[in-house]
Amino acid sequence: MAMTQFRARALLLTPAGLWYAALLLLPLAVVLIFSFGERSAIGGYAPGFTLEQYANLPARFAAFRNTMTLAPLGTVASLLIAYPLAYFLAVRVSPKWKTMLLVLVIVPFWTSILIRSYAWIFLLGGKGIPALLAQIGLDDVRLLNTPFAVLVGIVYGYLPLMVFPIYVALEKLDKRLLEAAADLGTPPWRAFLQITLPLSMPGVLTGSMLVFILLMGEFLIPAILGGGKVFFVGNALVDLFLQSRNWAFGSAVAVALVVIMLITVALYTRAVKRFGASRDDVGLM
Amino acid sequence: MLDGYADAGNTMTQDHDMTQSPTDTRQTVAEFVGATKRFGEVLAADRIDLRIRRGEFLSFLGPSGCGKTTALRMLAGFESPTEGEVLIDGREVGGMPAYRRPVNMVFQHYALFPHMTVAENVGYGLRQRRPRLPKHEIADRVIRALATVRLDDFAQRRIWELSGGQQQRVALARAIINEPKILLLDEPMAALDAKLRGEMQRELLDLQRSLGITFVLVTHDQEEALSMSDRICIMGHGRIIQVGTPQDLYDRPRSRYVADFVGKANIVEGQIAARHSGWAQAALGNGVHVLVQDEPDDTRTHVDIAIRPEALSLVRRSDPTPAATAALPAMVTHRTFLGDHTEYLLTAEGIGTLQVNAPRAAERVAGGHDVGAYVHVLWPEQTGLVLAADS
Ligand SMILES: Nc1ncnc2c1ncn2[C@@H]1O[C@H](COP(=O)(O)OP(=O)(O)OP(=O)(O)O)[C@@H](O)[C@H]1O
Ligand SMILES: [Mg+2]
Repeated sequence: MAMTQFRARALLLTPAGLWYAALLLLPLAVVLIFSFGERSAIGGYAPGFTLEQYANLPARFAAFRNTMTLAPLGTVASLLIAYPLAYFLAVRVSPKWKTMLLVLVIVPFWTSILIRSYAWIFLLGGKGIPALLAQIGLDDVRLLNTPFAVLVGIVYGYLPLMVFPIYVALEKLDKRLLEAAADLGTPPWRAFLQITLPLSMPGVLTGSMLVFILLMGEFLIPAILGGGKVFFVGNALVDLFLQSRNWAFGSAVAVALVVIMLITVALYTRAVKRFGASRDDVGLM
Repeated sequence: MLDGYADAGNTMTQDHDMTQSPTDTRQTVAEFVGATKRFGEVLAADRIDLRIRRGEFLSFLGPSGCGKTTALRMLAGFESPTEGEVLIDGREVGGMPAYRRPVNMVFQHYALFPHMTVAENVGYGLRQRRPRLPKHEIADRVIRALATVRLDDFAQRRIWELSGGQQQRVALARAIINEPKILLLDEPMAALDAKLRGEMQRELLDLQRSLGITFVLVTHDQEEALSMSDRICIMGHGRIIQVGTPQDLYDRPRSRYVADFVGKANIVEGQIAARHSGWAQAALGNGVHVLVQDEPDDTRTHVDIAIRPEALSLVRRSDPTPAATAALPAMVTHRTFLGDHTEYLLTAEGIGTLQVNAPRAAERVAGGHDVGAYVHVLWPEQTGLVLAADS
């Protein structure tokens, strides 16, 4: 009995376990080993044990700085735009329109981020918004290839990922709680702060974490809209692994990135614990 | 607020008759005046006229969908009447949002805040007061409210750690701590099992008496309404059908609807033969005459007569008929033993189906009646009632 149960469980977990080992642990181990190695003369990796690569990390300071500022900033900006949108969809829209509007939120996901980002090159480029600004007397505004352009691209690309978890949390919120709050003397705006906002925190935290983690690894949007001027760690990795073929240093950069992510996740988990106590619906991580 | 109190002052000198003085806010805590609520096509409340007396325990009783909750929500301020008015303390409250009204509600599924502890839930209403109340006062009152509902030890618990009955007490404490003018209760006992429900009903009654707050309860459980209320307001299809004390409604239902809804009733057709100061001689379908209660100014000749199953009794055909009693020939079709009484269903010639409840004590002495037995149903004089309304 116990044996069959054990076997069944083992059988059920095998695919996930193999997946986990092959696609996560193995590459991580390889990267970790590489990060202590050296660049061979012809590029690629030469075995060794040195901390030289880590000592070199400050050389890529700009990439880390950009990532560590634009990723949180992008997350916050997405959140500020996504929350009202999700609130509107979950609370205000009649059920008739809900599905259609939700589909509209996902539609951009159906085209590649590459194509969508190119559209922004036009919009932010000389003939787009700056041209319009010139008409009202604001000459020489540069938008493309600035951190701002990258931020716009980030918010645009990641908005649905932020909207959905918040939408789900708000949709699940028992509207009678708001009536109870009103009944007990709370005007609507205060009820929002005291009831709606805290109870949608799980969605906010999930969405933020999803977007933040994905942003930390982002390289397409900075490459396209940052025009090689606003580098992310992701771009540094592309460069180190594919162009300069310095695998050892690339690995050290990657390890540093993973460590930063782990710390963030740990902080997130603690935040969730504080907000949601033992509520069972606190997000994906 | 001042308007309401000024009115109250005026009425001090007036007559006490509730039906005469329109703004007697000493006795009337709230009032519906032709209050109507439409949801699109649905008429959820239809010209409701009702005065709620200060300090009373009033129940809205009626089948599902008859508009009980809608009436309650108009008082709470969650719905505003499409037509007509709602007054609290003599003041029209149509434009007053729920959060300003001096009433509190115990919701059907309690609607407790899941992200707060029991104490935080209970103190919520006090924390909303502006200007703010001192922290220690809130804390004291929370402790007292929790003691009132016997949850002293649960202050720091989370909501999901409580049983249904405990959650209900929290909801109750959260409402009464605000000392509302009216406490509204929307089927608060519906989710509890029978035993707990009985307990909570008694506690609720004690609480109402000790606090002196007006309670308005919505229920579709007639026993609950009968056992707890000072007055019951029977509703049907968005309308008020009859308002009265439980005894009133039981003894003097005005319509088939009420007679059926409050307790069980036999309703038979009768032809009025004679009328005399509140009593009527009526001929039943089988020609037998009975003497029943009548409305003084009724002029109809063809009427419905209601009589309670326990007012009737059974004897064998061969037995003598007691004095001042009509005997209706009938045959027993069903017999259900229910412990303290036996429920008989009979077919009476020219009348139709009758139900008779025979107390166990009587059956012990006289013996029961088998299915198929030919019997006389005894109808004592002055026990039936002519129903005033036709529907
Ligand atoms: N928000 C609403 N929108 C549309 N129709 C509604 C709404 N609220 C109530 N109704 C309708 O109004 C009528 C009365 O509803 P109400 O909730 O007052 O009934 P109730 O007597 O409380 O019934 P129950 O015992 O089932 O709770 C019903 O037909 C209901 O469908
Ligand atoms: Mg209801």
